[in-house]
Amino acid sequence: MKHQIWLYLAVMAVVCYAIRVLPLTLLRKRIQNRFLRSFLYYVPYVTLSVMTFPAIVEATRSPVAGGVALVLGIALAWVGAGLFPVAVSCCAVVFVLEWFLVAA
Amino acid sequence: MFFLRKHRVSLIRGARDGVPIGLGYFAVAFSLGIAARNAGLSAVQGFFLSFFGMASAGEYAAITVIAADAAYVEMALVTLIANARYLLMSFALSQRFDPAAPLRHRLLVGYSITDELFGIAVAQPKPLDPWYCYGSYLVAIPSWATGTAVGVIAGNLLPTRVVSALSVALFGMFIAVVVTPAKRDKVVGLFALLSFAASFTASRLLPALSGGTRTILLTLLLSGLAAALFPVPDDDTKEAQS
Repeated sequence: MKHQIWLYLAVMAVVCYAIRVLPLTLLRKRIQNRFLRSFLYYVPYVTLSVMTFPAIVEATRSPVAGGVALVLGIALAWVGAGLFPVAVSCCAVVFVLEWFLVAA
Repeated sequence: MFFLRKHRVSLIRGARDGVPIGLGYFAVAFSLGIAARNAGLSAVQGFFLSFFGMASAGEYAAITVIAADAAYVEMALVTLIANARYLLMSFALSQRFDPAAPLRHRLLVGYSITDELFGIAVAQPKPLDPWYCYGSYLVAIPSWATGTAVGVIAGNLLPTRVVSALSVALFGMFIAVVVTPAKRDKVVGLFALLSFAASFTASRLLPALSGGTRTILLTLLLSGLAAALFPVPDDDTKEAQS
C-alpha cells in the first residue's frame, strides 16, 4: 500500500469538519440559489443508493442472500420500520439464507 | 457566567436522549469496523476513523477509498460528496442558534452533526441550548467510536458466517434512510432506483473506475439532474426533514 492510512484519515477529518462547521460559523443566512438547495437536498439519497447497490450483493458470500436483504430492507422501511430494525432484519435474513446457500 | 443551572438540565436531557442513539450507533459502528478491518485499518485507526468521521455513509465511502489505495484528493472529494448533506444540516442549525451564541459553541456543536443527533437537536425549542447537544454527544460519540474499534477486533474472532451477515447492517441503514422520505417524495424514490441502475451499469461497464469515483460522478450527475428537473419548493420544510 503506497498511501498512509493516517494521512487518509487526516484528509477525511479536515474535510468532514469543514463541511459541518463552515455554514454554522461563516454563512449564517439561508442558501438562496434554488438549484443549489435542490441539489443538496437530493445528494444524500443518490449517494446512499449508489453505495448500496450493487455493493450489498457483493458484500455477502452469497449474492442471492444480499439481494434478498435488499428487497426485505426496502419492504420493511416502506411499512415504517426504523433504521435499527431494518439493519438487524437484513443481517438476520442473510445469516439464515447463507445457512442453506453457502457451505460452511 | 458560562455554566448556568439551565445548562445542566439541558446537558442531562441531551445525554438521556443520546442513549437510544448511542445503542444503535454501537451496532452499526461494529459492522463498519468489519469493513474497516478488511481495508487494513487497525482498531486504533478504526476508533479515530469514527471519532473524526461521525458518519456511517461518509466513513464507509472513506473505507472504500483506503481499500482501493486511491489518491488523497479522491479521499477529499469522496468525503465532500458523501457528507454533503451535513452542509445543509449545518445551515439549518445555524438558524436555530441564538444569534449571539459565541463562536466556540458553533465550533463544537458543528463537529458532530449527524442524521440522528441533528434530528434531536432541531426538535428542541429555539434558541438551541448547545449544552443539550453536548449531552447527546457525550453518550453517542464514544459509543460510535468504540463500536468501530470493537468491530475491527471482533471481526477477526467471529465466524465468517456471522461476519457476512453483519456486513449488510450498514446497507440496511442506508436503505432505511432513503426509503422513509421516498414514501412522501416520489422523486426521491425514482432517483434511488435510477441510482441503483446507474451504479450497477457503471460497475459492469467501467470496472476500472473505483467505487469512490463512481459514487462521486453518479452523485453529481443524478443529483444535478434531479435538481434541474424537480427543484424543491422554496419553503424549508424539505430541508428540515432531510
